[in-house]
Amino acid sequence: MTTDELVSLLATGTEAVDTRRPVRRYLAAVLAGIAITTIWMAEWLGVRSTLARDLSVPMFWAKEAFCAALGAAGLVGAARLARPGARLGWVLAAVAAPLIAMWLLAAVALLSADPPGRAELIFGQTANACPLLIALLSTPVFVAIFWAMRGLAPTSLRLAGAAGGFAAGSLGALVYSLHCGELAAPFLGIWYVLGILIPTTFGAWAGPRLLRW
Amino acid sequence: MVEERLRGLLLGGLAGDSLAYHRFLKELSTHLRAFLRRRLVHLPDEVEDLLQELLLAVHNQRHTYDSGLPLTAWVHAIARYKLVDLLRRRSRKELLNDPLDEDDNLFAATDSEATEARRDLAKLLAYLPDRQRLPIIHMKLEGLSVAETARLTGMSPSAVKIGVHRGLKALSAKIRNES
Repeated sequence: MTTDELVSLLATGTEAVDTRRPVRRYLAAVLAGIAITTIWMAEWLGVRSTLARDLSVPMFWAKEAFCAALGAAGLVGAARLARPGARLGWVLAAVAAPLIAMWLLAAVALLSADPPGRAELIFGQTANACPLLIALLSTPVFVAIFWAMRGLAPTSLRLAGAAGGFAAGSLGALVYSLHCGELAAPFLGIWYVLGILIPTTFGAWAGPRLLRW
Repeated sequence: MVEERLRGLLLGGLAGDSLAYHRFLKELSTHLRAFLRRRLVHLPDEVEDLLQELLLAVHNQRHTYDSGLPLTAWVHAIARYKLVDLLRRRSRKELLNDPLDEDDNLFAATDSEATEARRDLAKLLAYLPDRQRLPIIHMKLEGLSVAETARLTGMSPSAVKIGVHRGLKALSAKIRNES
């Protein structure tokens, strides 16, 4: 088949393409993933009983905003990296800003605490379980994002996979935060971030394997 | 300007204008051929094969073009991805003539002198299952409509469309796996 024949073949009988469909598919998949994660978390770990009381605690909202902002930046980043030629642009700054803010809060909290109390701020009650639980809870969204990305055409597979994993991890952390009662900034800045980095690393590994086209 | 004209043709194609789309692919192929000739100086025999692979990729991924972004960047990223993929498969990265820098002006040159493709896509097509092969043959090669193809094959109209879509993707995957 000559190239001219191929061009004719490809162009013959083409119909309109709905270019908004990938975005809808992506959002629907992510929302479904978050819904599944939330139900899973509620059934398995349970929403913590002190949640209602925490609604008036500023640090609770800082924690939710932290996870949500990282999740949103990760979702935008993954969506951009799933298309050829798109650039990350401000997304990197949007990932960095919540991290830096949380680490600043952590530094302030640690510096203003008595030395004996610092370990409590860092390790809380649940440091052992937290990163692993976040990583586990990130799996439904991880699968959703990778499914949606496979319908698109990422060209930097490792980076796209990492971005997808990062978004999944952040949203996993957001859902986990409804169970987890830790509110100390040093705890969040270490163990939550570690939990998010597990699916991020896995995504960087899986990207070149699962996203090829 | 080439970018503007090609972009207009592609957007027309995405809206369902197959004439505009045909002109888009035809003109794009001359730019891509020139681009590949520059890149594959040591593999001249690969140019036409990779060009066909690229056209198939552009077609299969046309839904990923975001009209807010430059067409050059989109095409260039696809071309780069497939080129790197080819060289990786050959593990002969050193054959790259020069680094694939981002701001290489893809649309600067044209080359309409096709060489013989070594791989015959028509032969690869024959390996596809009937539900993909028949819709492609009737719709894409013989130019029949969806309804006519559906009647001829006994498939439903949506199965015909899915068959074409999946068949062209499968063709692309076959190329990737065979070379």
